[in-house]
Amino acid sequence: MNRFLLPLSIFVVVVGFLGIGLTLNPREIPSPLVGKAAPEFSQPQLHEQEKILSPADLKGKVWLLNFWASWCNGCKTEHPVLMDLAKSGQVPIYGMDYKDQREEALTWLQRGGNPYSLVGVDETGRVGINYGVYGVPETYVIDKQGVIRYKQIGPLYPDTVEKKILPLVKQLESQ
Amino acid sequence: MKWVMLIILCLSGPAWAGEARPLADDPAAEARLKHLAVELRCLVCQNQTLADSNAPLAEDLRREVREMIAKNMSDQEIIEFLVARYGDFVLYRPPLKATTTVLWVGPFVLMAIGATALVITLRRRSRTVVEVSVTDEEHRRVEQLLAEGEKRS
Repeated sequence: MNRFLLPLSIFVVVVGFLGIGLTLNPREIPSPLVGKAAPEFSQPQLHEQEKILSPADLKGKVWLLNFWASWCNGCKTEHPVLMDLAKSGQVPIYGMDYKDQREEALTWLQRGGNPYSLVGVDETGRVGINYGVYGVPETYVIDKQGVIRYKQIGPLYPDTVEKKILPLVKQLESQ
Repeated sequence: MKWVMLIILCLSGPAWAGEARPLADDPAAEARLKHLAVELRCLVCQNQTLADSNAPLAEDLRREVREMIAKNMSDQEIIEFLVARYGDFVLYRPPLKATTTVLWVGPFVLMAIGATALVITLRRRSRTVVEVSVTDEEHRRVEQLLAEGEKRS
């Protein structure tokens, strides 16, 4: 019995580690930008191209910045969640149309509804790089001082909104 | 029919063969990009380097690095630019920090555990093997038996 005890315990430890490994998502890379000032940009707006969207204009507000694209699959799952969040009016969502065709982006918003207060256009993906975006959709929670407080990689689910986004927004609002 | 197909194939061949696009006007800059890009990880397909990957983000990042090279930024500055946005994860050789100690020290710890286990088992085994002394008489008998066995076979 004793001679099996050691191999068995090693086996259990290895299985334990592998089990934990299965629950981790290798695509979730901790962002070094959380806790830092949101990178500046001034991008043309999607609807009124002569106007500009810039984080500087949003100082003093808690807001979400959502990178999306009409070609992005995860954005389809996320869209109804954003619509619900926008309807609840608890936090303004600003969109960044990432490496997209203008016409297709406009059609997308017409069909599925527009949850965004304003949408900026990042045609070259440069704003995306400054925000460390590596897969749309990605969502940032930005506080009144313009500091990034949270980054969601991949689509927002009702669960994430309830448990992470809204409590954080409330806390930031009260500051 | 076969002939017609063959002729069509022969004619259409050259039409497809477009010339390879030059990577950059400056070969020295391109060499630097290559040198940097093999050290950087593509974030979309995580087991590829920035140099290997065809993902759109990798292309964008290569363009970004090219521009920084054109601006005469040092390798250090370029790497800092990327780490500030994507974290240590973009580096194939992450720096030794509190968060990366397991990564750097882990393999050596495992090797030390393995080596100690090996030494312990070897010692234990050498203790269990009992040395048997053979007298000259016995030795002779063994040789005799072996010789007989050879003859039989």
